[in-house]
Parts: sequence; C-alpha cells; structure tokens
Amino acid sequence: MNEPIIQFDLLNKWFGQHLHVLRDIKLDVKRGERIVVCGPSGSGKSTLIRCINALEGFQSGRLFVDGDELRSDAAGPDLKVIDQIRQKVGMVFQQFNLFPHLSVLDNLMLAPIKVAGMAPQAAHELAMAQLERVRIAEQAHKFPLQLSGGQQQRVAIARALCLKPKIMLFDEPTSALDPEMITEVLDVMTELASAGMTMMCVTHEMGFAKTVADRVVFMDQGQIIEHNTPQEFFGHPQTERSQDFLSKILRH
Amino acid sequence: MIPARPAPFTSATWLSAVRQHLFADWNTGLASVVLLLLLGYAGTHLLDWGMLRAQWMPDVAACRADGVGACWGVVAEKYRVILLGRYPLEEQWRPVVASSLLLALLLVSCLRSFWRPWLAVLWLLGLPIYFGLMKGHLWGLSLGLTAVDTDRWGGLPLTLLLSSVSIALALPLAVLVALGRRSELPAIRALCSVYVELVRGVPLISVLFMASFMLPLFLPQGLTIDVLLRVLVGITLFAAAYMAEVVRGGLQAVPRGQVEAAASLGLSWWQTQRHVVLPQALTAVLPGLVNNFIAIFKDTSLVTIVSLYELTGALGLALNSDADWRPFKLEGYVFIALIYFLFCFSISRYSLWVERQLALGNPS
Repeated sequence: MNEPIIQFDLLNKWFGQHLHVLRDIKLDVKRGERIVVCGPSGSGKSTLIRCINALEGFQSGRLFVDGDELRSDAAGPDLKVIDQIRQKVGMVFQQFNLFPHLSVLDNLMLAPIKVAGMAPQAAHELAMAQLERVRIAEQAHKFPLQLSGGQQQRVAIARALCLKPKIMLFDEPTSALDPEMITEVLDVMTELASAGMTMMCVTHEMGFAKTVADRVVFMDQGQIIEHNTPQEFFGHPQTERSQDFLSKILRH
Repeated sequence: MIPARPAPFTSATWLSAVRQHLFADWNTGLASVVLLLLLGYAGTHLLDWGMLRAQWMPDVAACRADGVGACWGVVAEKYRVILLGRYPLEEQWRPVVASSLLLALLLVSCLRSFWRPWLAVLWLLGLPIYFGLMKGHLWGLSLGLTAVDTDRWGGLPLTLLLSSVSIALALPLAVLVALGRRSELPAIRALCSVYVELVRGVPLISVLFMASFMLPLFLPQGLTIDVLLRVLVGITLFAAAYMAEVVRGGLQAVPRGQVEAAASLGLSWWQTQRHVVLPQALTAVLPGLVNNFIAIFKDTSLVTIVSLYELTGALGLALNSDADWRPFKLEGYVFIALIYFLFCFSISRYSLWVERQLALGNPS
C-alpha cells in the first residue's frame, strides 16, 4: 500500500523547441494522498497534472500511474495503457467542459455505457447515485447551460466519479466560479477527500489547501520548488519565491 | 425593498406602427412614398399581365391575339412533358407513383418521431420498389412492365432523384472528409485537402462533362456505367467537397475542452467525434448545410448538358421543338420557378424548425 500510485521520475516537457515547461519533475503521490499544487500562472501546474491522464505528452523521464507506465512522446503513445489509465483517473476542468448538447444525466451516462460497456439501466442508477452524492439529483434532466456555474462544476465532478476512478485530478476547479458558488464545490471536494480518494488539485484556495491537503507542492518556471505539509508551507515557506508568492496571494 | 413593477404599457396599433416606421420624419416619409409607388407600379403591371389579361386556355390562336398578357395555357398544354420529360407517355403513371413514394419516404425521414430502426427497413423496401417502377425491371428480373432506360427518365422525378440521392450520399462523405482534414495523420490530411481543393476549383458543368464523356474512355471495353449513375457520382463528389468545408467550420467551433473532457473519460477518437464533437458541430452549421442542399437541388438543372432532361431541361424539351408554343417559354419558366421555389422554401422552413427543435433542448 505504501508504494506510490503516481510517480514522476525526472520528467521533462517542452512546448516546441524552446519552451521548457516541466523541468526534472520528481514527485511521488501515495495512495489516498491529497496534494495541492500551487504557484504563479505559467509555472506548469496544469501541465503537470494533465500529464497524468495523458492529455499532455512529455519528452523525457518516466511516469507511472497505478502500476502502468505512460510512454514518452518519442516512444509513441501506447493507446491501451492510456485507455486503462483514463478509466482510473477522473478529471475536473476549470471551464467544467460539460457536453452542452446532452442532458445532465446523459453527460454522466455516456462514459459508463460507451467506455465501460454498462447496460443503460445500470448506468442510469450509477449516474443518479453520483448526482445524489454531489446533491444535484433534482437537476438530472436539465441541460448544463441551464445550471449555475457551481452546479455545473458539481455535475462535472459527478461525471468524473461515474467511472469509479482511483485518482481525481482537479485543474483550478473554482477559478471560473462566482465567489458565492465556490463553497458548494469545495464542500463536495472535501467530502471526496474524507472518503479516501487520491487527489491532485491545482488551486489557489489556500483555505482548502490548509484543511484538506496532506502536502502542498509549489511550482515556479516548470520546476517543483518546494513541497511540504500545509502547516509548514504556509507557516514557514522555505524559499524566497514561495515567500514572495504567498505574500502576494495572502495580502488581501 | 422595491417591489417589481411591469414595464410601461405601450400601445401598438398598426396605424401607429406604420406612422412610427414609415413616416417618422420627412426623409423617411419621402422614401416610403417613393418605394410604395414603385411597388404599386410593378404590382399592378404584374397583376395585369399575369391575371387580368392572361389567357388560361391552351389555345395558341387566342394566346397570340393582340393585347393578351400571359399565356398560361402553355402549362395546361405541355405539363406532362415539363413534369416528366422523355418518359414514355403511356407509362407516365410509374414515375408519378414512384416519386410520390420517394417524397413520402423523404417526408417521413424528416420527422424525429420516425427515427427508428424500422425507418431503415422502410427505405430498404422503398428503394427497390422505386427503381423497379422506374426501370420496369429489377436486378435483371422482369416485372411485367415495359423497360424504360435511365436516359429517358426526366422532369421533376429526375430532379428529386438526383438531388435527394446526392445530398444523402454527400453529407456522410463530407463529414468524413472534414474529419480527415483535421486528422493527425499527414497522408489522410493531404488526401482530403487535395480532394476538396481540386473539386472546388472546377465548375460543376465540367465535372458532369467528365463523368459523362471522359470516364467511359478510361473504362475497359465493354464495361459501361449507366449515365445516370455517373452523373449521380459526379454531383455527389462535387457537393461533398463544399459541404466538407462547412462541416469543418463547425468542427473548429467546438471548444478544445470538449475533446479533452471526452478523452479524460476514456472515449476513443471515433466515440468522441460521434457523441461529442459532431452533434455540436453539425448543429452549429445547419444553416450553412441547408444552404448547400438548396444549391444542389437547383444545380441538378445542369445535367441537361449531358442529355438528361430534369425539370429545367424538360421545359426546353417541351417547347423548343414546337414552333406554336415556343414563344411562351417565359410562362413555362414561371411555372417551373414556382415548383423550385416550393421545394426550396419547404427545405428552408424545415431547417428552421429543426433549429428550433435543437434550441429547445439546449437553451444558451
């Protein structure tokens, strides 16, 4: 059980020839661990977690997800491994990315039926259960654009949960929300964390980081500068850059 | 707390609306008067020519008399050739029945509540009946009817056949080509681009000419392909190139996040296109696609140059060889223009209805 579920080993990624967006990333995530990734914009936080479900490739280094190795771009994609990993890894996006032409229920049922091969009836029950879990079951037959941002993001979380993932990735899940809707989404994420889900979350919600995270990873210019418990990171940031970053986001 | 109040009441009688929109100030008023006079002038002349002084009986002498306006008798005299072309006179019930069947199938296919598996069965049954009736035999089996070769098919049935078949075949082809142009595989991308650019760079007339006269030169001796089939393939390939670009525009309008969300859920590339990208892309470009459908419907009139006499060609067929009636071609054109308009207008109303249906499920 102590073997890491996600393992970055000196991973490097470039966009084009010169933009070195991930530099010698070394990071182990244990099963059930909750990690918050923060850092200034453009530091590579989103790119880091998008590598885990192969939305982004990488050029060198190694990456293991739940025992499977994702190959670097040079070796070409191993579609079978990618398929397996994507069923084990759920992802929630900043812009929700719900399918606007499908009802809430159909958004949730699409992958269980088409990817996991479930019967429609079973998929329906599963979807309703996940909607209950994020407390939005009464909206099942509406369309995404009829819902508020907070509701849409909760539907997106429920959709990602439908494949029973072992790992959940959150890419700035509250950044596109009106302030009064942030809490309802964070509440759902906190519940998920207390249920033992392995989570990696890119966020600037420092309150959430303090209460939920086991570890905070601080990135700048494609590198992991510092990782520490939230108490240590917020109380005694070790590097000048993390001190500078914290002073900027905590000033107001 | 201020309670909500209704908006101020506005009285809108038509008289006040006319005053407000047509005679708001001196300039608008002047423009309105001039335009109304022009409209009245053209309208009365049209009415005078087309109704008051028109000759309705198929009587050449009466039509040629001085002071007679439109000669609608030409339609009564020639409607069979105009509508059915060179199809043998005594067998003309067959294209009428067959085309009614085709139209009924098309109508049924337009309604969402009929989109069930048995609709495909209906088509599979309907098409052999259609071709059996038109040709008089099916797969070499005689049906006890006089055989009529495809080069004698004509008029409105031919227009309907050419346009419905080429639209039905061109749309899926266009989707594939549009997807191909966005493929990550360079060979497929290049192939699709070359196809689109090549076909778009050539007039339809020359495509039809090549399909009709050049293609047989490349076929081995003794192997002939029916002229109707060759022309159908030509129109389909031509239409698909244009539609592919419209569809590609729709594909580009679907945000990247949609594809990423589908990928993160484990959907394959084809599943992503089928369930996530294409429904949104095709909805977005529906008006553009219908534009193409209507253009194809009217472009089928170009098959005249390879001696197939669809509606427009059949009009020429009916009147050119008849010195008595030839002077009244204008009336004939008005008649077929009405038919074209009826179909095109129906297509465009149907597409508006589909747009509303799609919007009902998805208010944004």
